[in-house]
Amino acid sequence: MNVLTKRGRFRVVAAALSLLVAASAACERKSGGGASGTGDVLVGFYGSLTGDGASFGQSSRDGAELALAEVNAAGGVLGGRKLRMLVEDDQSKPEQASSAVTKLVTQDKVVAVIGEVASSRTLAAAPVAQRYQVPMITPASTNERVTAVGDYVFRVCFIDPFQGEVLAKFAYSDLKARRVAILKDIQQDYSVGLSDSIVSHFKALGGTVLDPVSYSSGDADFKAILTQVRAQKPDAIFATGYYTEAGIVVRQARELGMRMPILGGDGWVGEPLKNGREALANTFISNHYSGDNPAPVVQNFEQAFRARYGHAPDSIAALGYDAIKVLADSLNRAGTTDGPKLRDAIASADVAGVTGQLKMNAKRDVDKPAVIQEVTYSNGEAKFVYKTTVNPG
Amino acid sequence: MDTLLQQIINGLSLGAIYALIALGYTMVYGVLRLINFAHGDVYMIGAFAGYYLANAMNLDANPSILGTIAVTMGSMAICAAIGVLIERLAYRPVRHHSRLTALITAIGVSLLLEYGGQVVFGAAPRFFPQMIRSEIYSWGGAQITNQNLLIIVVSLVVMFGLQFIVHRTKIGKAMRATSYNLNVAKLMGINTDRVIAFTFALGSALAAVGGVMVALAIPRIDPLMGLMTGLKAFVAAVLGGIGNIPGAMIGGMLIGLMETWLGATAYSTYRDAVAFGVLILILIIRPAGIMGTAATEKV
Repeated sequence: MNVLTKRGRFRVVAAALSLLVAASAACERKSGGGASGTGDVLVGFYGSLTGDGASFGQSSRDGAELALAEVNAAGGVLGGRKLRMLVEDDQSKPEQASSAVTKLVTQDKVVAVIGEVASSRTLAAAPVAQRYQVPMITPASTNERVTAVGDYVFRVCFIDPFQGEVLAKFAYSDLKARRVAILKDIQQDYSVGLSDSIVSHFKALGGTVLDPVSYSSGDADFKAILTQVRAQKPDAIFATGYYTEAGIVVRQARELGMRMPILGGDGWVGEPLKNGREALANTFISNHYSGDNPAPVVQNFEQAFRARYGHAPDSIAALGYDAIKVLADSLNRAGTTDGPKLRDAIASADVAGVTGQLKMNAKRDVDKPAVIQEVTYSNGEAKFVYKTTVNPG
Repeated sequence: MDTLLQQIINGLSLGAIYALIALGYTMVYGVLRLINFAHGDVYMIGAFAGYYLANAMNLDANPSILGTIAVTMGSMAICAAIGVLIERLAYRPVRHHSRLTALITAIGVSLLLEYGGQVVFGAAPRFFPQMIRSEIYSWGGAQITNQNLLIIVVSLVVMFGLQFIVHRTKIGKAMRATSYNLNVAKLMGINTDRVIAFTFALGSALAAVGGVMVALAIPRIDPLMGLMTGLKAFVAAVLGGIGNIPGAMIGGMLIGLMETWLGATAYSTYRDAVAFGVLILILIIRPAGIMGTAATEKV
C-alpha cells in the first residue's frame, strides 16, 4: 500500500535522518562535558553580545577568553583537561538571559556558568543555575541582591552599597558638593540599587539629596528632566544608569548650560560613552580596575589583552578575566566538575586577580577596593584617568 | 521662569520631531486612507542611510553644512526609492481589498523593516556622526542647540512645502482627486498609480529628512528607533486630525509639549502611557482630531 507520495516519503526520510544527526550530536556533547569525563571541561558564558549592552557582553567575553587561553596554555584544569567556553548571546534582554542559561545548563551540560554584567539580567538567570546546582560566577553584577539568589551564585566584583559609599564620599569630600541630584534608570536593578546607596551615604555625610528623577533604558531625550534638575541648582549630579544613556545625559546637561560635575558608577564603562564627547569633561566614575596600576599582574594582563585584541581592556574585560581565573583555580582545588563540590571550592576561593585579591566572603561576594577615575575625551575616545583608590572598611 | 521657558523650548524641539514624521503619516492617509505603519521604520532607514553616507564622507572629522545637505539628499533619495518599492510590492497588490487587509499588510511591512534592520544593521545602537558642530544659543536663561533649532525650522518649512504641493501644484491636484475618489480620478485620465507612487516617494523622503535631523540632535540610532517614535507621531497625526497637514504639525507640537511637561513631574516614566491615553481620549471625544472635519463614511 502506497500511503505516502514520493515527495512525502522523502520528507519522512529526511526528518528521520536529521533526528539521528541531532541525537548523535547530543550524545557527543554529553560525553564531553559530563561530571566525570576525560574530554574538555565545558564552561557556559552568557552575555549581551548584541543590543544596548553590547559593550558589556563583548568586553566580558574577550576577558574571559583571554583567561581561558592562558589556563589552557598552562596545562588546563583537573590534570590536563582543556577548558572550553560555550558562548550564548542574550541580546541584552533579561528573559533571553534566563533561557540562555537554561540551554547551557540543561542541553550543553556545562559545569559552571560565567555572566552577566547587568544586574537585571543576572538576577533573571541566576535562579536557573541555583535550581540545577551549577555554580554561576558573575564578573560584574554589583547589585547587592544578585548573590542572595542562592548559594551557587558568586561574583568577583564589589557591591553597590560599597560603590555608592565611595561615590558619595568622593562627591562630598573631594568635589565639596553639598546638594546633589540623582538620575536613575528605573528599569535597571543596578541603577536603582546604586541610587539608594548613594542617597543614604550622602545624607549620612550631612549633604542634601534632591528628589531622584527617573528615566527608562532606551530613552534618548533627557532635557525635560534635566531642566527640572537645573532649576534646583545642585552642586553635582549622579547619573547611575549605563553608558549608552550616560553619554547622552552628560551631553544634554551641558547643552542646557549645566557645568557641575557629573558622577557615575562602573555602569559607565562601555565604548558608547564616548558619545558624550567634549561634554564628558568634569565627570567622574567609580571603577573596579585601573589600567595605569603599575602592579606586574595588571601590566601583564594589559599587555596580553592588547596583543590579542589590539586595544586596551576595560574594567569589565578585567573582571571577565578574573571570573575564569577563579573558576579554573576552584576546579583544580575541587578535583572534580561535580556541582556541589565545585561550589564549595569557589566559596573558599582566594586568588590574586587583576582587579585585586579575590577572596570570597560568607555572602559569596569579594571585598575589593574601588578606584575613582576622571573621564576625559580625546581623539574620539573616552578615557578613564586614575584619581584615587578607596579601600573597603 | 527660565525653567518654564526652557521646558517650552524642550517641548517644541521634541514636538518638531514628532511633527516631521506625523506629516508623512498624514499625507499618505490623506491620499490613500491607509495608515502606513511602516512610516516610522522608513524614518529609521533614513537615519541609517544618513549614518552610512556621513561616515563614508568622513563628516565626523570634518563637519560641514554642504556635506550635511548632501547626506540628507542622499538619504531622501534612498528612502523615496524604498517607499515606492514598498508601495509597489506590498500595498498595491492589496489596494482593492478591504481596509483591514491593507492595515495588516502595513504592520507586516513595519515588522519586516524593524527585524530585517536588526539583521542588516545589527541590534546594538549606533551613534550618528556629528555632521554639524554643536552650538548652544542662550536666551534669557534658556538654551537651545543649533540642531534643535534646525529641526523646528525644517519641520515648518516641510509643512508649508507640503501645503503648497498639495494645494497649489498639478500633482497636488491629482493627489486630491485620487483621495476624493480613486476610480473617478482614473476615469478623468489621472494616472493614479503614478500619483500614489509619488505620494509614497514624497512621504518617505520626508521620513528620511526626519531621520537625519533627529539623529543630528539625538545621535543614538537603532533598528527599533522608529517603533515608539512612529507610534507617537501617529498619535500626533490623529490628535491634529489625520489627513490634515497643519494638524499634524499642531498634534506633534502638543504631544512634545505634553511629554516634556510630564517629564518635569514625578511621573516622567509614564509619558508613553499618557501619549497613548491621549489617543484613546481623542478617539472617544473628537475622532476627527483638532483640525479635522468629521466626515461621514460613504456607503
